[in-house]
Amino acid sequence: MDTLVFTEDVTCRYGGDAGAQPRIALPNINVTRGNHTLLLGPSGSGKTTLINCIAGLQVVQSGRIEVAGADMVSMSIRNRDQLRGTMIGMVMQRLHLISAMTIRANLQLAQRLASRKVDNPLIHRLTEALGIVDKLDRFPHQLSQGESQRAAIARALVNKPTLLLADEPTSALDDKNCEAAISLLLDQAALHGATLIVATHDDRIKSRFAHVVLLGAA
Amino acid sequence: MNQFATAFSIAAAYLREKKLATALNVLLLGLGVGTIIALVLLLAQAEDRMERDSAGIDLVIGAKGSPMQLILSSVFQVDIPTGNILAADAAPIISSRMVKRAVPLALGDSHKGFRIVGTSKDYLDLYQGKLAGGRLWEKPLEAVLGADVARATGLGVGAKFIGTHGLVDTGSSEHGDHPYIVVGVLASSGTVMDRLILTDLTSVWGLHEHTSPPAMASAPSTPAKQNTGKDAKHQHGDKLGNKHDHAHDAKSTPAGKVDDHEHGEDEKREVTAYLIQYASPLAAVSFPRTVNASSAMQAASPALESARLFQLVGVGVTALKGFAVVMMVCAGLGIFIGLMNALDERRADLALLRVLGASPTVVVLSTLLQGAILGILGVILGLIIGHVTADWIGQTYAASQRLAIGGRIWITQEWSIIGGALLLALVSSLMPAWRAYRDATPELLAAK
Repeated sequence: MDTLVFTEDVTCRYGGDAGAQPRIALPNINVTRGNHTLLLGPSGSGKTTLINCIAGLQVVQSGRIEVAGADMVSMSIRNRDQLRGTMIGMVMQRLHLISAMTIRANLQLAQRLASRKVDNPLIHRLTEALGIVDKLDRFPHQLSQGESQRAAIARALVNKPTLLLADEPTSALDDKNCEAAISLLLDQAALHGATLIVATHDDRIKSRFAHVVLLGAA
Repeated sequence: MNQFATAFSIAAAYLREKKLATALNVLLLGLGVGTIIALVLLLAQAEDRMERDSAGIDLVIGAKGSPMQLILSSVFQVDIPTGNILAADAAPIISSRMVKRAVPLALGDSHKGFRIVGTSKDYLDLYQGKLAGGRLWEKPLEAVLGADVARATGLGVGAKFIGTHGLVDTGSSEHGDHPYIVVGVLASSGTVMDRLILTDLTSVWGLHEHTSPPAMASAPSTPAKQNTGKDAKHQHGDKLGNKHDHAHDAKSTPAGKVDDHEHGEDEKREVTAYLIQYASPLAAVSFPRTVNASSAMQAASPALESARLFQLVGVGVTALKGFAVVMMVCAGLGIFIGLMNALDERRADLALLRVLGASPTVVVLSTLLQGAILGILGVILGLIIGHVTADWIGQTYAASQRLAIGGRIWITQEWSIIGGALLLALVSSLMPAWRAYRDATPELLAAK
């Protein structure tokens, strides 16, 4: 099968440039296209760091990371930003949207930052599917928790990414919403032909993934 | 370009989010820029005006008093004169070989606030005056209007008007029985002359003539018929004479070598001042001393007095400019503090921008652009404030009206003010931009 994400002997530091932090070694993973994967482990096991490494957001000390055949480690910062913008959609631990902009402007900004043309029909379809089309002209603080999560997912998908990375997308949610959120992610990934990698300590969603990688079994 | 547009939309959104802070910073910067621009506009115009008005005039001879007042009243036509001098006293001095040209001035009357100046035709040569229509005066009570006077009063060649006693428009004490007739209108010269009504010396003398019919009769250039009429009807007796003993009441004798009738017993004739052009620059060394040695007269140099005036005004201007600079620095600090505070709130946003694929360039640019947008808005506001204020001051105050100062001009100095303000705004956003660059690492998202 076609390998989408591949890491080998990656080491890096916690929390970026803090020199005093210990160096950690990350597990090797190999995710093929269409094979949705769960990275499961307790807090501090390096899930987020691994997600950030794959997204090219983390300074890597040694090892190899490939995304869709591209070498993320040796790539220039500019190219990494580009690749992240166009190929990778990210749903973060906390549902960050730019507070000064409406949901519509947030989605348009994501397209612009990926050097894409603003595609308003796509934005409309996407938000309609996620049930927040009537919230497009609201600001993030005017949305409920669930609505902002949908908005964050919409933003992750707005550039039709090949790879969808989600970091603790459900940890802040109750059981009902947790179920809904993970279904939403899986459905949308399937719909847009994206491969989903979820990092979490949340055992509730374990059953939804065929492919689970256990991290830092402390 | 694409990156720029993206950064711009981010910057604009951030500024919109903090409307109050944005408005305050723009206002502060606008007030600072506006104050400096208004000052510079007024000062540059006043200087330019004074330079043109005093060009070609090396020295002014007039009655003793404040030399600055003498210059202001006789060259720039803004202050009241120091008094009058006897033409006879001045005659030997102005006939000196050191004097190339001496232009007499007799002040005292006005029409609708415009001064009526009795002088010789040499006055026009001082300012390269040209007729736009009609001809120059040939006999008393014929007047030539400056361009602004003609425009403001609507008078044209052939029209008649009445001189009012005094230099300001009080509406009282008119020479109603001796109307002037307009025989010519001057083309605009951009000098004080535009706002004057020029006439023969004898017109001014004639109107204030009352006590000495013999002197009158002996003035060859004054038609006898007119004199008798005046003598019979003129109302300015001694009782009135006390009131306006400064400038007018010129009684006799034309201006020495200038007019053709220099001899005669009319030694009591008075003029307000003589504008002197030296025959050689060397005259500046000894000629003023000769004049000042005379008990009744003083010599004042327009160049010297203008410089002194600007020195005096300069203290106030420096203080105001300092005040304006403080305001601008406050605006700069406001921008700096505002952006720094916003950065603290938006650390996550910046990291998010990077996650979304924004290059560090976009992040830095979006911060710098916030400063730049504030700077540009402040400058636009400042230009409006400065020009409107200058225009308002120009139209409100009589002195600036006489100097024809306004706000509807553009001077090169403004470019450097604009540049300075923009630079200030940009410099104020440098530190925040650097911090944005440093902070915009995605680890922040993970760390929180």
